[in-house]
Amino acid sequence: MGIPVPMATRIPVRITVNGVEYAAEVEPRLLLVHFLRDNLGLTGTHVGCDTSQCGACTVYLNGQSIKSCTVLAVQANGGEVTTIEGLAVGNDYDPVQQGFWEMHGLQCGYCTPGMIMSSHALLDRNPNPSEEEIRHALEGNLCRCTGYQNIVKAVQRAAELRAGK
Amino acid sequence: MFPSQFGYHKPGSVAEAVKLLQADPDAKIVAGGHSLIPAMKLRLAAPSALVDLSGIESLRGISVNGNVSIGAMTTYAQIRDSAKLKAALPVLADVAYNVGDPQVQSCGTLGGSLAHNDPAADFTAVLVALGASVKAVGPKGERTIPVEDLLVDLLTTSLAEDEVLTEIIIPGGTSAAAYEKFRHPASGYAVVGVAAAVKTGKGGVVDDAKIAITGCTSKATRAHAAEQAFIGKPLSAESIAAASAVAANGLDLNGDHYASADYRGHLVGVQTRRALERLA
Ligand SMILES: Cc1cc2nc3c(=O)[nH]c(=O)nc-3n(C[C@H](O)[C@H](O)[C@H](O)COP(=O)(O)OP(=O)(O)OC[C@H]3O[C@@H](n4cnc5c(N)ncnc54)[C@H](O)[C@@H]3O)c2cc1C
Ligand code: FES
Ligand code: FES
Repeated sequence: MGIPVPMATRIPVRITVNGVEYAAEVEPRLLLVHFLRDNLGLTGTHVGCDTSQCGACTVYLNGQSIKSCTVLAVQANGGEVTTIEGLAVGNDYDPVQQGFWEMHGLQCGYCTPGMIMSSHALLDRNPNPSEEEIRHALEGNLCRCTGYQNIVKAVQRAAELRAGK
Repeated sequence: MFPSQFGYHKPGSVAEAVKLLQADPDAKIVAGGHSLIPAMKLRLAAPSALVDLSGIESLRGISVNGNVSIGAMTTYAQIRDSAKLKAALPVLADVAYNVGDPQVQSCGTLGGSLAHNDPAADFTAVLVALGASVKAVGPKGERTIPVEDLLVDLLTTSLAEDEVLTEIIIPGGTSAAAYEKFRHPASGYAVVGVAAAVKTGKGGVVDDAKIAITGCTSKATRAHAAEQAFIGKPLSAESIAAASAVAANGLDLNGDHYASADYRGHLVGVQTRRALERLA
């Protein structure tokens, strides 16, 4: 202790992703999004802006939505991550995925994994959000196609599906 | 984009963190990382190593007993969702709900916001208005610093490189507080934010008041002229109008491509009125 770690050092990490624990040695500068995409091949999590703005890289870390382009893999050490690949159960879509499907809450789909993860996090906190609350909760997710109207409808539909309606 | 290479430490105690910072003057603390990591990715910052405070449990948590005390590593999300804070000092949960976006709120910390001292940060102004102070621990032990003295200038604080900000303390006695933010439509940061806190006595007379402005000065700054306009009087349409009219007096306002200094001065008046109306 007290001695600076040499450059190009590697740190052992254990990160549970979608219920499976992975052990790896990573450079401290490796971003969580690259750990997911490049090391684990989970390419459902997208990189849009790479500058903490667009939310395409949103995943759950320890139960909360985060932008994985702005978190280091070493910061997630010991943690639990859920990505878009971890939502469906077998062939059954998660209610939020189903809501986006039914209401056509997407066009090109690039922002969609992040939108779904953020919407999921909102519905965990607030199962019955108002339109204003939905728009506020998606402020960290940018969509260049839809104009957001169908995304809001998709989240409203997801809330109904989660309530068994 | 990824940062240049650096080492990584995750100390288990504040004392250990201080030792690591002392041993390597180019090492930097990382809290939520939501100011530091973007800067490192752009290579605006290139610390030799990061000292990650997330393993120090004692730096997290909220307690309310007369004073409100918040650990430096407490996230905006924890503040936003705290039932204790919603009851004791609802302005804090309110502000946290509007910092950045939910993902930023999951990561960003109250200590990080103060230590970073972004000129457009929200909590800097709010904590100045609430008369808060912070505790900092360094090689020579612990000291208490009023937030107004902590914030020195643009992105500069009075913390030493080997000091860890550990706790934020907000004294009791505030009767009402509010924060009005004019958001930049793209970044969500404050173009102008005004925080106001008052202590009222008999007949609703304002015994003491602090107003702090953010977004348009090099750091969160008191609007003394506005405070003086209504201290000793009840909050009324008249005293609020008088305070708003002078709110920008004496402030060194900056302008940019989005909002000129003049326009920001106008917004300071408008946001002061809105904040005070919420207190009346
Ligand atoms: C997309 C986006 C939108 C944002 N919008 C807003 C907004 O609307 N309003 C707003 O106020 N902020 C906003 N922020 C900034 C956000 O609040 C940051 O999280 C915060 O300013 C810094 O906190 P942090 O915990 O992430 O600190 P870090 O980034 O980890 O650290 C910031 C600096 O403080 C130092 N530091 C951190 N903790 C300590 C400590 N305990 N002791 C000593 N030094 C310490 C670090 O060394 C570093 O220099 C936004 C950020 C992003 C990415
Ligand atoms: S890629 Fe992470 S926020 Fe845009
Ligand atoms: S559907 Fe194309 S970016 Fe949102």
